[in-house]
Amino acid sequence: MPQKLTEQEVRHVAKLGRLRLGDHEVRQMTDKLSAVLDYVSKLNELDVSNVEPMAHAMDMANVLRDDVERPGLSIDLVLANAPEQSPPFIKVPKVIDDGGGA
Amino acid sequence: MPTAADIKARLMVGMEIHVELATRSKMFTSAPNVAHPDYFDAEPNSLCDPVVLGMPGVLPVMNRRAVEMSMLVGLALGCTINRKTKWDRKSYYYPDLPKNYQISQYDQPLCIDGSVESPVSDQPGAATRTIRIIRAHLEEDAGKLLHEAPGGFAIDYSIVDLNRAGTPLLEIVTHPDFDSAEQVVAFGQALRNICRFLGVTEGIMQKGHMRFEPNINVVIERDGKTYKTPIVEIKNLNSFKALHGAVNYEYQRQIDEWLETGVVMKAGAKSTRGWDDTTGSTFLQREKEEAHDYRYFPDPDLVHVVVDDAWMARVKAQLLELPLAREKRYIETLGMSVKDARALIDEPRACLFFEAVLAAGVDAKRASSIMLNNLAKRANERACRVDELGISASQVKAIADLSAADKIGSAAADDLIGLCCESANKDADPLKLAEQRGLLQVSDDSALDEWVQQVIAQNEKVVAQIKAGKESAIMSLMGGVMKLSKGKANAKVVQEKLRKALLG
Repeated sequence: MPQKLTEQEVRHVAKLGRLRLGDHEVRQMTDKLSAVLDYVSKLNELDVSNVEPMAHAMDMANVLRDDVERPGLSIDLVLANAPEQSPPFIKVPKVIDDGGGA
Repeated sequence: MPTAADIKARLMVGMEIHVELATRSKMFTSAPNVAHPDYFDAEPNSLCDPVVLGMPGVLPVMNRRAVEMSMLVGLALGCTINRKTKWDRKSYYYPDLPKNYQISQYDQPLCIDGSVESPVSDQPGAATRTIRIIRAHLEEDAGKLLHEAPGGFAIDYSIVDLNRAGTPLLEIVTHPDFDSAEQVVAFGQALRNICRFLGVTEGIMQKGHMRFEPNINVVIERDGKTYKTPIVEIKNLNSFKALHGAVNYEYQRQIDEWLETGVVMKAGAKSTRGWDDTTGSTFLQREKEEAHDYRYFPDPDLVHVVVDDAWMARVKAQLLELPLAREKRYIETLGMSVKDARALIDEPRACLFFEAVLAAGVDAKRASSIMLNNLAKRANERACRVDELGISASQVKAIADLSAADKIGSAAADDLIGLCCESANKDADPLKLAEQRGLLQVSDDSALDEWVQQVIAQNEKVVAQIKAGKESAIMSLMGGVMKLSKGKANAKVVQEKLRKALLG
């Protein structure tokens, strides 16, 4: 049986997922998520030591396209769903330059 | 507190390099790629489609060319190409990434375990050393987050340009095999040249086509004991000057810090620092404790890439001689100076034009002289590359043949080269052009004799000087003949005739 999740782990996952949970919700989620993990852990009963890990549900490969470009959307359309805009840019709250980029 | 005099310190650097691939379209969608020259000047947010914007219900589709370009670089770096690779989601929330995850390769990178020879400095004839490559994997670039408005105006918000989002990005990771800033920079330059020769990136540093992230620490010996300082990663350096400065600054900073605090490396303890170009120093960005938890997992939207033998063979066939070997050949086999060889290597497309000229049958010495003098001068005037001038390799060959056969002089050869660069003369035969423009040299005796006699008759004083022993004055008579012939007289024959007439 897996160990029960801790409230601290739930808070961490909530933070990564940008979810704001109250104390009550944290307790509730700890129980609920633990139950989900319990359920899934049933899979651990199977011996898969000789089975290659499966990274994809479909057994296919190489769905590739040729390197041909098509025009992008008009800037109006690109900005249409942005909460705020400063054409031709999307406007966001001031971010300090610390964590972005690939 | 120990002092700097008590210790022996050695720098240790591993590199992560991001290369933006210059495909026409993006990594996982057909929106145009801002790293391709056709789209360098695109208006912000004009290269976006629903996939780039992370709209619900869209599906990414892999760009075959981007995969092949990555394989090419991997092969050039001596890597093994993984025959089966997969895609993973790297999750993080940041405004430069609309779908909140970056598609990358986590545990099955396309290229692994390579090694490449890299010069230890950019000095001519520098020794090389082997740099081991851990991996090279393909991913997508993020958009650009700007903190001031175009033109440098202050704003109290940030703005996002997603043109770069989804550009294919190759991340190359080396072992910590560097022990000086010069080596790090020389490797960066060598890698840039390799990538440009393979045609996978334009490699324009100012545009961020290549970004360097050195991982730096220092091995310190004191009283027979060895200490390692904590590893620091410097983010996003996009010039060789910054790379050099950051590595050297960090080396000294870490030694100073160790002398003061004695703190050494702990497993997993890596901090991230930024580089400030104006102050020439690094600054702390984040400690490991705050580091991101990226929650990698396989991307269910994308299937595996499987490289079979046939595909591998097709990609291998696209490999060409790498720049370091090429430079060596130019110097050692073609007898070129280091400076001339470097000038050619620095501009891959011009260099490949030079190779075409050689392949057309022009000897190396004449070919490099034409490249580095006649053509480079015109390219400079027109602010373009030699291969863009319009002259073809076979035209260069024809002109070289006319020169070799003494049918044209050097001035006429240069004129002909100029004519062949004009679009009206595309594919024109240089011999016909020379005939039309009267550029062919006159070597036939009767015409030359007449000009020589005429000049001798008109320059009694000079003739007397020459006969009195001032042989150098012959040059002045030569000038007279050339003028009479409108530059068409065969200078070598004229000189012979003058000498014979005056000095016997």
